[in-house]
Amino acid sequence: MEKTNQRVAIIDGCRTPFLRSGTGYSSLMGWQIGQFAVQGLLAKTGISHGEIDEVIMGCVAADIATTNIAREISLGAGIPQSVPAYTCTVACISANQAITNAACSILAGNSEVVIAGGVETFSDADIRLSKKYRKFLLDLTLFKRPKKLLDKLKLLKGMGPLDFIRPEKPAISEYATNLIMGENADRLAKRLHITRERQDEYAVMSHQRAAKAQDDGVFDDDIVPVVLNGNSEPVVRDNGPRKDANFAKLSTLKPAFDKKYGSVTAANASFLTDGAAAVLLMGEKKAMELGLEPIGFLKDFAYTAMDPVEELLLGPAFSIGKLLKKTGIPLSDVGVLEIHEAFAAQMLANIDCLESDGFGKEALGLPGAVGKIPRDKLNIYGGSLSIGHPFGATGARLLTTCCKRMKEEKQKFGIVSACAAGAIGNAILIENPSAE
Amino acid sequence: MKYLTIENHDSNIRVVTIDSPGACVNTLSSALFDEVEAMVEAMESDASVKGLVIISAKKNTFIAGADLDEIKEMKTPEAVKDYILRANTILSRLEAWEKPVVCAINGACMGGGLELALACDYRIASDNTKTVFALPEVKLGLFPGGGGTQRLPQLIGLAQALPLILTGKQLRVKKAKKMGLIDEVVHPHGLKEAAIKNALGLAEGKIEERTVKGPLFNRALEKFSMGRNLIFSQAKKGVLKQTKGLYPAPLEIIESIKCGVENGIEQGIKADINRFGKLVLSKESKNLTHLFFAMNGGGKDYLNGNARPVKKLGVLGAGLMGHGIASVSTDIVDTLLLKDISIKAAAKGIQEVKKGLSIRAKSGGITPFEKEVLGAKLIPCQDYSYFKGTDMVIEAVFEDLDLKRQILRDVEAATDDRTIFASNTSSLPITEIAKGCKRPENVIGMHYFSPVRSMPLLEIIITDKTADWVLGTALDFGMKQGKTCIVVKDGPAFYTTRILTLMMNEAMLLVEEGVDVRTIDQAMTRFGYPVGPITLVDEVGHDVGVHVGEVLKASVEKRRIKTATVLKTLYNKGFHGRKNKKGFYEYKGKKGKKSINKDVGKILGIKPKVNVDIEEIQSRVSLAMVNEAILCLEEGIIASPRDGDLGAILGLGFPPFRGGPFRYVDAEGPEKVLSTMEKLEKKFGNRFKPAGLLKTKVDRNALFY
Repeated sequence: MEKTNQRVAIIDGCRTPFLRSGTGYSSLMGWQIGQFAVQGLLAKTGISHGEIDEVIMGCVAADIATTNIAREISLGAGIPQSVPAYTCTVACISANQAITNAACSILAGNSEVVIAGGVETFSDADIRLSKKYRKFLLDLTLFKRPKKLLDKLKLLKGMGPLDFIRPEKPAISEYATNLIMGENADRLAKRLHITRERQDEYAVMSHQRAAKAQDDGVFDDDIVPVVLNGNSEPVVRDNGPRKDANFAKLSTLKPAFDKKYGSVTAANASFLTDGAAAVLLMGEKKAMELGLEPIGFLKDFAYTAMDPVEELLLGPAFSIGKLLKKTGIPLSDVGVLEIHEAFAAQMLANIDCLESDGFGKEALGLPGAVGKIPRDKLNIYGGSLSIGHPFGATGARLLTTCCKRMKEEKQKFGIVSACAAGAIGNAILIENPSAE
Repeated sequence: MKYLTIENHDSNIRVVTIDSPGACVNTLSSALFDEVEAMVEAMESDASVKGLVIISAKKNTFIAGADLDEIKEMKTPEAVKDYILRANTILSRLEAWEKPVVCAINGACMGGGLELALACDYRIASDNTKTVFALPEVKLGLFPGGGGTQRLPQLIGLAQALPLILTGKQLRVKKAKKMGLIDEVVHPHGLKEAAIKNALGLAEGKIEERTVKGPLFNRALEKFSMGRNLIFSQAKKGVLKQTKGLYPAPLEIIESIKCGVENGIEQGIKADINRFGKLVLSKESKNLTHLFFAMNGGGKDYLNGNARPVKKLGVLGAGLMGHGIASVSTDIVDTLLLKDISIKAAAKGIQEVKKGLSIRAKSGGITPFEKEVLGAKLIPCQDYSYFKGTDMVIEAVFEDLDLKRQILRDVEAATDDRTIFASNTSSLPITEIAKGCKRPENVIGMHYFSPVRSMPLLEIIITDKTADWVLGTALDFGMKQGKTCIVVKDGPAFYTTRILTLMMNEAMLLVEEGVDVRTIDQAMTRFGYPVGPITLVDEVGHDVGVHVGEVLKASVEKRRIKTATVLKTLYNKGFHGRKNKKGFYEYKGKKGKKSINKDVGKILGIKPKVNVDIEEIQSRVSLAMVNEAILCLEEGIIASPRDGDLGAILGLGFPPFRGGPFRYVDAEGPEKVLSTMEKLEKKFGNRFKPAGLLKTKVDRNALFY
């Protein structure tokens, strides 16, 4: 394994429309959604399936039938069987991890051309039987396998009638802290004094930006239309953005988590979303050889891990700080920011932290604040709050949008960043090939 | 032995592996019979042998059928009789042997191959999607003469067996198991082992032979002669309706089965031997066999070794033609762009393709996962943003020269030097479409026939500028789609559309003379066409007919050929054929029921003609096409009589048993055809002027083949 001395080129990105869970994709399995994004990416770039060396996909709530969903997606998209594929999972930054792993694989000389991205569907989430019922079934059929009826009946000991019909609640809380993510957002808002008003304002801005971008056809280039089986209409656009979102309407909503004192509502938190996104990465030399024009170079990246209780959602603040410190590039030189919007409260908390001298000094060991986050640099086409957030896929969407914006806005540097469950953060620095 | 290897298994089961040397499939030939005879003899005389397993060494074939090259060379009834008698003797001997014979089938098990399997005691098949069963002899004007008509009804019952033998259609493993044709299904790698185990089981009496014969109702029906007679008479009625009595084979099949069912297999086979000799030498079978060989050979001569792979295909227009072309391409490309004016329109086409994939998956032709893989290759487009790196673009848009030119310009702008532009026009000259384009060497015609999935022909049209690699690629691609290709030179309406138009013109002139449209249709279906010309023009649409007429107008006028105007008149009055339920026929009420549209007569103001000569109608209509086909050969539009026959049969429904326009002339005798033409010329004028090449043939006393 010899390190290749070259830059990692981002050739293009492609995604399916993002749909609210339980709507258009409810009949599909996750790998099928991923298959559309990868096929779309290959068609769009015009690169042959045979050029691909590796496929890496992020996914969080994997279906037990397709635990290495990347492999099913790769085979499903008609990529040669001889191409290895693996799935990686780091909650909401799974695609970020897939992308940086791809970059490392290219730099290490393992692969020349890699597809990275991710997929998520919550429309058909695995619902588990109660723990007792599971144990009963496993003992009955797999482990103890009693022969006599009496022994079989003995296995029922200790089970109540509800154990047969009541499923286990899907795990939405952090395992280590037992805190639900939304509860943690409320906690963070309280700690950093982020008001309900600011949160709702931010959410409204996100929806309005996304809705306008949709109307302007901003996403059309990146979205591959999905044709479902049967005679239903093709899916051509995201159904998350709400054009009619306004402050008055949002402020009437009741808190969703801390019902008594909370400020996080269904409208200022991201919603469950189905979708897939993928990007094509390759070494700069290979791109030149194939006559492809990169939309960006992946210059550097950083991961951070924090306190799962107090800093669960502060991934962007920590990782952007670390990345800039590492590269020596000041935030003022970064013209485009695409940051994952898990909650409006989380976004505002991260912005406040990045702009705070105290946070810069104490948490990052800098002389002062990381820098200003002007709103016109940040998520100008909306974000996860409005476009939606298929956990495994969001990173690839952020990367594609970031590159596109850098070109349009003629910016040299851009940053993609996100937080993840488990209090992990990631930031990726991207360089625009055409702006020197 | 060259064909067979015999392996001694520990358990005293012998495994016979068939492997025709130097061939990619196994076929039944006299050379193979020699070895089988010797093998059977050896087995019979070896007391230690407990049983036999028969298996093939080929990857995707058990036995593909009889060696047709050998049968083709048989000139006398005696030669045929000897051959079929020998085959039957071997099979009967194998069947009568007291020890078990297990047939292990992986891959195509066709014709004589299936007959061999039927003579065994037990049949195990692999779950390979390539494993299929059929008795396709009827398609060659023959019948399964190796006991197939005798043993299949015995095994799966009369009601299930009859349609299989009469249509020659293929069965996949799932269906074959359900019907009772095979006893067991295993995966390919375990096939041999399972076969040995079963042979041993049968030998030791642990497994009993199966006696189920299809559903209860059928069994009850078949038990009594009255029920059987009902089945036979129904089958005969169906055959006569379909073939108009023009094809002898299906009727002989019914007779053969009947004979066996009523008198026992031994008598049945005895009768079959004479029957087979008669059919092999019939002109219908000869022509159908020629067609089979021509279909296999078609286009191959043009393959020039510089075909390039087509990995990314764009199809423009998601209508019937467009999604049809897409549906025969999903298996051979990586990416398939289907473009129409909107994503919605394109998606509709994709859904049609997906429906076809679902049907294939249901029948076991592809796995459910493959269905998803193939379906996901299709991407709906409303512009050319995904067209970068496309290897081939086939346009199937409306037949309008300016539109096609515009589209060609758009495609050229969105693609590069490697991209072939193929037009699926049925008549517009390719040279005209390519006029003024950037890369005329990349432009070619690929004329598919509707419905694309089931029509076997692809007419490839080359211009003076079409590059060799473009032709090679189009041809290779067409063959991979499973099409029989003919390559023709560019010209107005090329070959197929041109000869069809001249035939249609004659039919329309008959209408103008006052001949009843049903009479015309019946005359031509009796000649052997699957549908009559009037029904055809209603089905295709009067707009198409009028359009093609316009394309050919200049050249037809130059030849001072009288052209019918009735179609245009009707079209202008809003008669578009079946599509708007107003054609020569009326399309009201239930599907399939049609009556004469009385408005047509009123509009045209024609007096009905009473005394009509059916034979003259047949001559006029058929010779209009035949003569035009000869002209096409003379002008070099088609390169050979074989291509001309293939095009007319596979594209236009020229009666297959007549072998195509050129074989028809050869069979009738060029002299006779010429004199008929000359008579017609005298009576009806210039349009029956015999082609110069026909005269040459007569002068030189030569045939086309």
